This record gives sequence, C-alpha cells and structure tokens, in this order.
Amino acid sequence: MNDSNVVSSRAASHLELETPEKPYLDSNELIINMGPQHPATHGVLRVILKLDGEKVLGTECVIGYLHRGVEKIAENRTYTMFNPYVDRMDYCAAVSNGLGYCEAVEKLLNVEAPARAQYIRVILTELNRIASHQLWLGTHALDIGAMTPLFYTFRDREEILKIFERYCGARLTTHAFRIGGCQYETYAGFEKEVTNFLSFFAPKIDEYETLLTTNRIWLERTKNVGVISAADAIALGVTGPVLRASGVKWDLRKAQPYANYSKFDFEIPIGTNGDTYDRYLVRMAEMRQSMRIIEQAVNGIPEGPIMGKVPKVIKPPVGEIYHSIEAPKGELGYFIVSDGSTQPYRLRVRPPSFVNLQALDVMVRGLLVADVVAVIGTIDIVLGEVDR
Amino acid sequence: MAEEVKTPASPPPPEGEKKPTAEKSVSPAPTAATPVAAPPSPSPPTKPAAKPAAPKAAVPAPVPWTSPLVEKYRSQYGSGLEALTYLGQNYFSVDRSLIPNFLRLLRDEEQFDYCVDITAAHYPKREKQFDVLWILYSFTRNERIRVKTQIADGASIDSSVGIWATANWLEREVYDMFGIKFDGHPDMKRILLPEDWKGHPLRKDYGILQQDQEWVQINLGIESGQ
Repeated sequence: MNDSNVVSSRAASHLELETPEKPYLDSNELIINMGPQHPATHGVLRVILKLDGEKVLGTECVIGYLHRGVEKIAENRTYTMFNPYVDRMDYCAAVSNGLGYCEAVEKLLNVEAPARAQYIRVILTELNRIASHQLWLGTHALDIGAMTPLFYTFRDREEILKIFERYCGARLTTHAFRIGGCQYETYAGFEKEVTNFLSFFAPKIDEYETLLTTNRIWLERTKNVGVISAADAIALGVTGPVLRASGVKWDLRKAQPYANYSKFDFEIPIGTNGDTYDRYLVRMAEMRQSMRIIEQAVNGIPEGPIMGKVPKVIKPPVGEIYHSIEAPKGELGYFIVSDGSTQPYRLRVRPPSFVNLQALDVMVRGLLVADVVAVIGTIDIVLGEVDR
Repeated sequence: MAEEVKTPASPPPPEGEKKPTAEKSVSPAPTAATPVAAPPSPSPPTKPAAKPAAPKAAVPAPVPWTSPLVEKYRSQYGSGLEALTYLGQNYFSVDRSLIPNFLRLLRDEEQFDYCVDITAAHYPKREKQFDVLWILYSFTRNERIRVKTQIADGASIDSSVGIWATANWLEREVYDMFGIKFDGHPDMKRILLPEDWKGHPLRKDYGILQQDQEWVQINLGIESGQ
C-alpha cells in the first residue's frame, strides 16, 4: 500500500490526464511499473503506466539506467580516443555513429575524406542500416507474438556482421572509420561479398514480408496502433522512419546530403497513417532502398587513398559546429565546441532514440497495455543511446 | 604536425568571449570569407599549401551572416542580436531577454518548426558562465540555424516547451547536466541521473571521477562507484 502511494503520487504529479479528477482509491485506476527489467523494453527502460483497467491513461518514462556520461568522457579524451566510445551509444548501428562523429570532426577541421573512403563508408553504413532494421524487425515481431521473424532476421543479419568482422575485426562495436577517412583498406573479395549479400538478401526481405505484411494477427496488432500525426511528430522532434511513416518526406541523406549520398539514386519511402503498420512498411522499404544504394556504391567504388590529409595530432581550430546524419533511428547529431586543444571542450550528442522515445506518451494514450509493447518496439529505441 | 601546433595558438582560447573581436578583425580578409560560400570543396587543396606561407589566414573564424532573415530581425532588435556564420553554419547570438519571444517568432514567422536540440556549454571563467543553445531546423526552408545566449550561474531561463513540445526532455537534460533551470517548464526535474543526486556533471568544476559518494553508498550499498 505504502509503496504504491509513493509511485502514484510521483507519477500523478505531472501526468495531464484527460479524465476528470477521481477519488484516490478509485478501483478503476491503477498505476503499474513496466520495467526496468522487462523483455519488451529492449533494455533497461522503466515505464510508469496509469491504467483504467486495460486502457492506458498516461505514461511516464524513467530513463538513465544505462547512463555512462558519454559527453563528459568526451571532454576528457582526445578526438581520436573518443571515436570508439560513440559505437557504444546505439550499439545496433555503431557504424552510423562513427560516421556522424568522424564527419563532424572533419567538418571542424575543414577537411574531407577521400572519394574511396566515402564509398566504403556509405557501403558499411547502409549495411548497418539493414542490420539495425533487421534487429528491430525481429525483436518487434517477437514482442507482438510472432517468433519466426526473429530467427530469420538474425540468420540474415549474421551475413552483414561477417562482412564487418572481416573488414575491421569487430561485429558490433566496429570503430570502422577514422577522422579523415578509413583506417583499413577493403579486404580481398570485399566487393564480391557485398554483391553476394545483396543477391542473397533480396529474396529474404520478401520472405519476411510473406510472414507479416498480410498476416491477419500482425495487421490486427499494428494497424491504427500508436498513431502519431505529422504535426505532433514534428512538434515532438521525432525523426527517422517514425516521422516518415506519418507522411513527412524528410531524410537527411536527401535534404542535406552528407558523405557522398548525393551521388546515389534512391527513394524516401513514406507512410500515410503514422501507425505501427506504416512504420513497419517504411522500414521494410528502407531496407530495399539501402540495397539500391549499396549496389550503386559497390559498382562505382573508385581507386585511391582512403585517408585524407589529417594531422596525427588532431587539434581543430577554435569554433563550434553541429553536424548530423540520418542514422537508422533518425537524426543523429554531434555538436562540438573546440577550444583549439586536442580534446573537445564540449561535445553534445543529439540522440534520435532519446527524442523519439518522448513521443511514446502521445502514441499510447487510449490504447491497451499490450499495445504499449508494440509501440515501444515500433519507435525502435536503443537504451544505450537514450541514456548515453 | 609542427604547423598544427602553431596555428591554434594564435586565437585566444576563451571561446564565447572571443566572438565579437574575432569577427571584426578577420572578416575583411577575403580568405576567411571564401570557405563560407562553398565550405567543403576548396578547403582540402588550399589548406596545406596556404599554411606555411600565411598560417593566420587559414584559421577560419566566424564572419557576419547576412540574409533577409537577419536583416529583418536586426532592425527589430538592434544590438541585442548578432548574426554570425562559421564554416557555413549560421547562428544568432542573442541577448537573454529576447529568448522566449525570439524563438517563438522563428517558429511562427520563419517556419523553424523543428527544434533539433537544446543544449548548453559551461565557461567557468566568464562572467555569464553558460551558453544555452537551440538548434533549429525548418522543413520548408531546409535550413538549419542555431540560437545561443549567455546566462549567469544560478540564473534561469524561460522554457520553450510551449513553442516546441520536444523541449520538455531536452530542457530536463540541460537541467540535469548543468543545473540551469527553465522557468515555466511543466516538469523541471532530473532525467538521466537519480532525482536525489547531488551535482551537475557537465559543469567544468565537476571532475571526471567525481560522483555523489553518499548517494552511491546509500542506494547501491557499495563504497564507491569507481
């Protein structure tokens, strides 16, 4: 009794409830904890749910369980030393994190990676986007009750991780890129292996789709669940597939091209309803678009150096910049202040998962408890990035 | 390597104070203005060649940013507003008193409808110790700008939750990490650290190994988290 008092008074202090004020011991209203240890929260996320029976009246996220102080660490490491740390934020998309960080520091130094390095970067980043979406699909489907996709996606994701491992020796925390380019030249047979993966993977997406796209249970569980309008999504700063599923055709790779994305021909898939099903379709389509980009990049990869003219000791001039990329989960930005020394004076990471998670409350109000699980899955958060 | 050591030594290190002076001294130089127009492409070839001859010209510095947007607000706000651009990125440095209104104008009249990020930086040697920053983006303009202002330690600033809903968690994180309070925020409390934690870790006076020893001992039952 006492315990529930504490939790409820804490949660009630800020939840704006649409329901009129009810007596405290109303048997219809219940406050429960979901997490921090819960298989469907994809990490240590605690959600305080205010329920009326099965219906969700409001939520509050309690985060920070995985907070490691990445931004503080950055101020105490050199630019080069901090590079591997960014892999540990969104550990499902370490390559994207590295790309964003390296490009941000390059921008601060006012240098650019050579063309060949740009191509290698794009290939690996897009492979990582596919891997990240595969992991999302497998776990999201598992949360909703479809177990098979998990095994299929993990089986196929393995092929991407093998390419990473052969390229840089690591599967997840890749540290694939360096400031100014890439450290490693591609291994013998890299292009062939990537091309083989593309032809291997094309039928596999169809396979995932036969399992889910017209599956009646899947449709029931995802259609009109967790709807967020385009206006709400923009106001809440939501980016990535979640924003696009609400009908906003915005992708940083097109809007403000970085790396050499302007050289490639691809579409931005968008949805119309902004529900869980549309987000599913958008991500499936994105995997196909990533394959298109990879194919063009592998075929067009030029010869040449892979490291730009970057001094051994990186000391960017005094100044501050913000650089962001389209990570698999949304806009991943780095704001760096340099004081002219070898260490960043201030480094801020703009994490897509953190900002997108804020939309959870808007998306689950009025839904059932079981849908909360579906919505957490569909936002596609990684707690390592939410908490940093 | 040798020239790298020399070049950053020329500008004075305190970052925020330097801006106005640097702008005046470097802006007339044509070399500083060229990278702004097309930042990425010309720089790699020119930089190494230019450095030994004239190291000072190679150091980029913020230059005044001119655009219809700036003209419009400069006449309105005068000296309270400074518009600069650095490596092709534009920002406003504004007086703290303009803050809620200027941000609202940017959203309502200039379509900066997406608040990308709110963050801060600590400069303990300055009189106004903190920079608070808003990174904004406009979908219609496809343009990104930053707005920054300076506030003193212990001072609070108006919340922008009423302008962009996303400011809620972002401002809470700034409070958590720097101790800057946002007036009018619906739920001004910590977000990443425990609520009863003492100290704000991203302040410069908070050491990298520092922690709330007492909290760790009471709540985790261990001597130290290190």
